[in-house]
Amino acid sequence: MSEQSRQRIFARLTAGSQQVSAPIVKPDPMPAKTYNQAEKIEKLKTLMEAMRTEVHVTDAQNWIYKLEEILKTRELKSLVYPPETALGETLQSHWEKDASGLPQLIPYETEIEDFKDRLFSIDAGITTVAGAIADPGALILWPSNKEPRLMSLVPSIHIAVLEADKIFSSFLEAMQKEKWATKMPTNVVLISGPSKTADIEMTLAFGVHGPRELIVLIVEK
Amino acid sequence: MANHQPLDFKNNVSRALKDTQLIKNIQSAMNTLVLKRKNIFSDDAETEQLRTLGNATKSLALSKLPELLERLEKKCTENGIRVHWAETIPEANQLVLDIMKSHDATRLVKGKSMVSEEMELNAYLQQHGIEALETDLGEFIIQLNHETPAHIIVPAIHKNRDQISKIFHDNIPDSPYTENVDELNAIARKTLRKKFQKADVGLSGVNFAVAETGTLCLVENEGNGRMCTTVPGVHIALMGLEKVVEKLEDLPPMLRLLIGSATGQLITTYVNMITSPRKPGEKDGPKEVHLIILDNGRSKIYADAQRRQTLYCIRCGTCLSHCPVYNRIGGHAYGYIYPGPIGKILNPQVEGLEAAGVLATASSLCNACEEVCPVKIPIPELIRRIRNESYSKDPTSTVAGHGYKSNWIESLTWKIWAIANTYPLLNAAGIKIMGALGLKLPKVGPLKQWTHCRKAPEFAPQSLQELVKQNGVDNE
Amino acid sequence: MPNYPDNPQKVYYFGTCLVNMFYPGAGMAGIKLLQQNGVQVIFPSQQTCCGQPAYNSGFPDEARTVARKQMELFYKDYPIVVPSGSCAGMMRHHYPKLFENDPRIDEIVRFSGRIFELSEFLVHALNIKLEDQGPPIKVTWHSSCHALREMEVTEDSKSLIRQLKKVELVELQNESDCCGFGGTFAVKQPAISAVMVKDKTADIQQTGAQRLITGDCGCLMNINGAMQYENKSIKGQHLAEFIWERINGESSTA
Repeated sequence: MSEQSRQRIFARLTAGSQQVSAPIVKPDPMPAKTYNQAEKIEKLKTLMEAMRTEVHVTDAQNWIYKLEEILKTRELKSLVYPPETALGETLQSHWEKDASGLPQLIPYETEIEDFKDRLFSIDAGITTVAGAIADPGALILWPSNKEPRLMSLVPSIHIAVLEADKIFSSFLEAMQKEKWATKMPTNVVLISGPSKTADIEMTLAFGVHGPRELIVLIVEK
Repeated sequence: MANHQPLDFKNNVSRALKDTQLIKNIQSAMNTLVLKRKNIFSDDAETEQLRTLGNATKSLALSKLPELLERLEKKCTENGIRVHWAETIPEANQLVLDIMKSHDATRLVKGKSMVSEEMELNAYLQQHGIEALETDLGEFIIQLNHETPAHIIVPAIHKNRDQISKIFHDNIPDSPYTENVDELNAIARKTLRKKFQKADVGLSGVNFAVAETGTLCLVENEGNGRMCTTVPGVHIALMGLEKVVEKLEDLPPMLRLLIGSATGQLITTYVNMITSPRKPGEKDGPKEVHLIILDNGRSKIYADAQRRQTLYCIRCGTCLSHCPVYNRIGGHAYGYIYPGPIGKILNPQVEGLEAAGVLATASSLCNACEEVCPVKIPIPELIRRIRNESYSKDPTSTVAGHGYKSNWIESLTWKIWAIANTYPLLNAAGIKIMGALGLKLPKVGPLKQWTHCRKAPEFAPQSLQELVKQNGVDNE
Repeated sequence: MPNYPDNPQKVYYFGTCLVNMFYPGAGMAGIKLLQQNGVQVIFPSQQTCCGQPAYNSGFPDEARTVARKQMELFYKDYPIVVPSGSCAGMMRHHYPKLFENDPRIDEIVRFSGRIFELSEFLVHALNIKLEDQGPPIKVTWHSSCHALREMEVTEDSKSLIRQLKKVELVELQNESDCCGFGGTFAVKQPAISAVMVKDKTADIQQTGAQRLITGDCGCLMNINGAMQYENKSIKGQHLAEFIWERINGESSTA
């Protein structure tokens, strides 16, 4: 049935597309806005903070301590993390040294079918990001075998670790420089802040279905 | 809507105009959306360039629609997304049901999808024993209250918070009565979180489908869309066949236009791009992803060069927000799922003019919609076209129901009007008589409508023609 | 920006059907303003209507019949000045669409290129200077939707009012809202139209203005009709007539 419908639809569309007159000229793309490194960080921080993201600019030595501080002040019990990544290994060895006051590290290492109830009860998730976009201010999540999709969605708090030199000026720049069209993965998500809605009387409220809090650690070399 | 009864627009309007709370809620919300849009598109020159680009992108994509749909299908299929084609609403509903049945599934969680509303999917599934739960907060609210959306972007905007509080309290077990917005949201979050966890199948719409990569792009602020498309083992995506764009690089400007126009933001919380089901080695995401492409009259609209522009619509809802008519009667009065200016041109073409043609009369042609449409659909021009088709007996017309309004009174009136205005002596004589009578026109028909709230105009004792002659103005 | 003529000597004047029948004073005021500024005005006596009522109602053939007649009358290469944003918009923007399949489309496009709304012509082609002779008065301004969005002459119209030193212009709260006339809309959807015009008159009232000025007689008929029905003391008047009275201290039909 789907095949017959397909044929009928295409027959009409094909006939229809032959009827239209002049070829359409596509105008030039919008002028590209590019920023230098300092501007990128500033712009990303400003725009994401306006969407109520908590942004910390740190460096390779100190980011882990900033993370500790963030976790301790919230008195979290559990933190899901990606064990097979460099981030995961760093967290593991750091926790091994001293995990007092810190949430339990829960590796996301089995398929969701065996992990769902657990995941839904974990307080926070930490992920890397493939990069970020200065304008309009968003992280690029590029989930993979090693970093499953739900880590940045299900727990109420999402912590993202961003390498400062992976910030692009614009969405188009990110796509073009990284040649996304040649390698789209299962899922790519741009995230600009914690989840929100204004469906009730246009009043903004945060933490509807996605994370209530988004915390970004920008790590400069 | 599958219902083909002529719309009782007059009664709908009457009811809406009396509902002062409804109109107050709508106007307040629309005012906010209008200001937000203005704020996010503050650079006129840049906005104009962006809209031109949006229009050209859609125009070009539609000019090769069959080719792009084929490429989309091929790419999606290569990536493991199963593509289905539905010519009609019953077919589309059946496809969803079949997928549910193939998994013995009875619980569906839904992200926001106007196409699913067009299909009346929830009611259909309910008839077959399947719970289809809306998870977008606005849709969730109206579903609890057994209503349809009042606006494309903010479906529950006609409700104020105490109405919503009551809806929650009456329908969600063990929920306290509260009018605090944060608390209401927390109730929704808690309730729906359990549903996400347990759902067998998740359903979503598609904002843009990219032919180049076979990618489905969805935007949202709440996170329920990601929940629906990532947690359950099966994801069904519904799209109208006009939603395909050619390249991934088309997304940044189109998203800027859609999001800026719909909610006045630079970007939504999430931009979700799905290209395949779960791959071996991946730990989550649906193992099955289906894309159902719906026609429901779009391919017929497509065949007409002027009417094709109706299909540029990216469902941003900004034409509604700016429409003086929408702002006075709200969304439900329009009777079909797409209200406002886009509804005035889309519904008559999809449902047929007898059923929905009256909507094209509900416009003063003020052009507020055209001024803001992100893809520059010439809505007033298309309204005039629908009006023309409503009277036209042209046998070559492809509009279903054309000529339904044709009647000898109006035909004759306009013929007389044309004659009077091409034979100026007749015209002048007519005016002279009216002027000499020095009185108002008789209060029948249209004039009766006019004088319900206005004093009737009076013919001037001397027309401009006469004054001009008296004043010795040259006529050549 | 349209191409405004430099130092025009002769212009055609298209009065519009509503002006002709209901507001001839406004029509004469426009003519006299042009004449007073050194322009010879030519008024082809057989003119009638731009065709918009039929065009908007879904009767384009009848609209074309009437439009062709007008174009025949205004055949010389003079600018055509129109005291209505709505009718000017019809002739400048919609004639090319109405006649897009016509073999004489090039001529028609040239005709459309000669159309100017009155206030934009006074401001940009004549650089008119106005000396206010009248007593202090508070007014508010309403733009027809086509003057605002198609012809984009609202700022020109308001600038003319602002030149009048003793006139205080108070803006409407929702200036860009449609008044609900829409030609046949007012009688096809009377309930909605009624609410729209009532909102407009309420807005006008809250400005505290003594007069409502507008450049379009469709809107004027609608708003004035409603204000009179509601027994409001505010009077609606066409821009041209208002200006003429202010600078000459007398009626245009005197």
